[in-house]
Amino acid sequence: MSARTVRNLRRFSQLLFFGVFFWLILKTNFEVDLDPSNPSQITLPYPVSIALQFDPLVALSTLLANGTLYKGLLWSLVILIPTIFMGRFFCGWVCPLGSLNHWVSEVGSERRKRRGKGKIESNRYHKYQRIKYYILLFVLGSAWFGSLQSGVLDPLPLLARSIGTVVLPTIHTSAVGVVGWFKAIGIPPVGNAAQAVYDLIAPILFNFRLVHFHGILTIAFLFVAIIIGNRIFTRFWCRGLCPLGAMLGIFSRFAIFGLQKDEKTCDKCQLCVLQCQGGDNPDVGHAWRQAECHLCLNCQATCPQGSLSFKFFPEHEKTKENPLPIVKPDISRRKVVTSVAAGMVAVPLLRSGGTFEVNANPRLVRPPGSVMESDFIARCIRCGQCMRVCPNNALHPTIMESGVEGIWTPILIPRIGYCEPTCTLCGEVCPTGAILHLTTEQKVGDKEHEPNRIGTAFFDRGRCLPWAMDRPCIVCEEWCPTSPKAIHLKVETVINREGKEVTVQRPYIDPALCTGCGACEFACPVVDKPAVYVTAVGESRSRENQILLERSRTRNRKEES
Amino acid sequence: MKRRDFLKKTGKAATLAAVTGGAFWAFDGRQVHRYETASKIATAFEVPPDPTLPSLVMARNEDHVQAMKASLDAIGGIKRFVKPGERVTIKPNVGWDRSPEQAADTNPLLVGAMAALCFEAGAKRVVVTDVTCNDARRCFLRSGIREAAEKAGAEVLLEAEEDFITADLGGEMLTSWPVLKHFVETDRLINIPVVKHHSLSSCTIAMKNLYGIIGGMRHQLHQDIDQSIVDLAAFSKPTLTVVDATRVLLRGGPQGGSLDDVAIKNSVICATDQVAADSRACEFLGLEGDKVGHIALAGKSGLGTVDYNAAGFKELG
Repeated sequence: MSARTVRNLRRFSQLLFFGVFFWLILKTNFEVDLDPSNPSQITLPYPVSIALQFDPLVALSTLLANGTLYKGLLWSLVILIPTIFMGRFFCGWVCPLGSLNHWVSEVGSERRKRRGKGKIESNRYHKYQRIKYYILLFVLGSAWFGSLQSGVLDPLPLLARSIGTVVLPTIHTSAVGVVGWFKAIGIPPVGNAAQAVYDLIAPILFNFRLVHFHGILTIAFLFVAIIIGNRIFTRFWCRGLCPLGAMLGIFSRFAIFGLQKDEKTCDKCQLCVLQCQGGDNPDVGHAWRQAECHLCLNCQATCPQGSLSFKFFPEHEKTKENPLPIVKPDISRRKVVTSVAAGMVAVPLLRSGGTFEVNANPRLVRPPGSVMESDFIARCIRCGQCMRVCPNNALHPTIMESGVEGIWTPILIPRIGYCEPTCTLCGEVCPTGAILHLTTEQKVGDKEHEPNRIGTAFFDRGRCLPWAMDRPCIVCEEWCPTSPKAIHLKVETVINREGKEVTVQRPYIDPALCTGCGACEFACPVVDKPAVYVTAVGESRSRENQILLERSRTRNRKEES
Repeated sequence: MKRRDFLKKTGKAATLAAVTGGAFWAFDGRQVHRYETASKIATAFEVPPDPTLPSLVMARNEDHVQAMKASLDAIGGIKRFVKPGERVTIKPNVGWDRSPEQAADTNPLLVGAMAALCFEAGAKRVVVTDVTCNDARRCFLRSGIREAAEKAGAEVLLEAEEDFITADLGGEMLTSWPVLKHFVETDRLINIPVVKHHSLSSCTIAMKNLYGIIGGMRHQLHQDIDQSIVDLAAFSKPTLTVVDATRVLLRGGPQGGSLDDVAIKNSVICATDQVAADSRACEFLGLEGDKVGHIALAGKSGLGTVDYNAAGFKELG
């Protein structure tokens, strides 16, 4: 197989894996058929989070943080073990964010700065490429101390989150706007044509209805910065910042596959450097950096002399002109220790603030089936799959609701969407077990079992129609899904402004029955700031965050037995 | 500066000024975009009254489809209501994400059978839709109505924002509201409600089921629920009302959830008078029509007969 054929194979592989990744995100959607044999259990037809389970950094960091490998995370060995022999093939051939960076870096990059000498200089190995090892060691250090930060920068969760909560909703919103604009022109065929195009792409690309995500600007900012970085340095993210790339670089320390340079035939044209993706010095005259190479094989394919070849057990004589490869990542022992220590110290620093334990945000309502907060932070990789799959657009990325430590973890905002009582899709798609996959019976509960609770509703009597305005309204009670209803009504006689007696049905909450789903808050006709709202107290996952004595008692007894 | 350059520069500046001015001039005096003005639309889908037939018939049968067919035949059969080539919209109650036995949504067997009957009578197109409370996809799925309707060849349409038209409902409470167009752009409307308890209106049966044809801020309607139900019933006059009292939700309505609150009644009422239908059906919940606010008000407003016996009530089997 010629070098060029191999390069084309790589291009195909990049397209294929990007396509698969994108398709899986599109399918992380409530797009299901009912299984008639089990009508109460609605599940997705595809294992949509499988791509994230192949991520070795997700596996390693969650293993460090909580001591377990959840569900399919063992699949990550499919990436990790070949890396030990081959090097960072994942970065050049598989990684969807890497491919995106590759394309954005290369398309129309023939600008003055990026040509000839300037580009050769920028494609050489630079010291900034060490930063990714610091990042990796930092997040592993904090994971070891129980705070999982890897997901913030790990490329697969990052891309899943960015596409799911930023890119697709933005395209959807703009498409709706464009169609509306064409319709507003007032020429019916134009409007109809626009609508027809929309109807064609909507079922493939868009959600059932327009979704809104809280705080996505922060996610968008990082994603756009990564994309723009490519226009300054080729694959700046992959070379300089990516913690997964760093991890694979470290694991390729003993790789038996590598670049062999033939000094005799090389005429120092440096075309190889011009095409280099990793910034790893593929030319004769500089030491090749094994830990930086993405194995894109551009250098081999582009070399007019055939001096460069990737092979198993590469060997060439060490000369002054043609030094041997450097297999170790460019990071000193002192920096390793410092980075890990910084990651570890960051955890108590973050938790010494109030938000984690003693003054948690009352509106930090986690998805149903979430594990206790300390474990949740040790598991959530912020991939946004739960937010995307939620049929009611109820789950949103946090900004500061769970502190800096919990940025972009899921939070339920009932005003935008409530938790659908029998739906368990967020737990189904969660790749790390931060949200456990409940059965419908476990979520709803039955005579023997408590339902899964995410919080408790409270009334704001100053805003409630029957409480503050002597007007009839029972919408919260109507929407309350528990049986018997947690919201109950008492008929009360009041004297209105005119001095007349009127009877109203006033709503009350029974905290023993409320599951915190937020349907009442969602449906409350007091639109801007509902007269009934949910806070996290009473959530099943917490032992301390409880109101009721009997629940604390049954809980303790259960844990003892 | 050369003369040529001077002319060129002046020309460019003048063009820019003209384009800018022209653009602003073109939009000057346009109206600020206000609320959409709604127009009245026709929504009377009734068939002409037939004095030889009762205006409501109730049938009992453990085979729910047979119960519906028997009562339907006794008020003239499907051919009286659906003519060949017509478009029919069926409005079941699919408000909630509940399974059929929980009785929060209409019996899927009745919906499927009714769709099939419409096709037998020569209907060109049968649409089954509702503006649900819970997520529409889940409601139609778990209620079994999507499967039943699609099996019968009907189209199940989930509400989409662009499918609402703002209409003047011409009511006392209800004036300009968004209405799902499938309930307007049709020839026949068949309302298939289920009998359920409701804390504010006492019961939700046929007329209350019409809440499901509108969108918008319908949670505010509860502040004058009787009048708004009557307004809706005056606005939308179904061809036929088929009350599903096969299972009745006695408590915890309208959403239910517990089978302890469900009573099996195996009854179906077919009616051309929706007030009479409500009046008879509310007795399953231990109510009397003239004591239920919206039913009594509907009677007073001349929408139908609260005294269902006077309306020619007939009970089969």
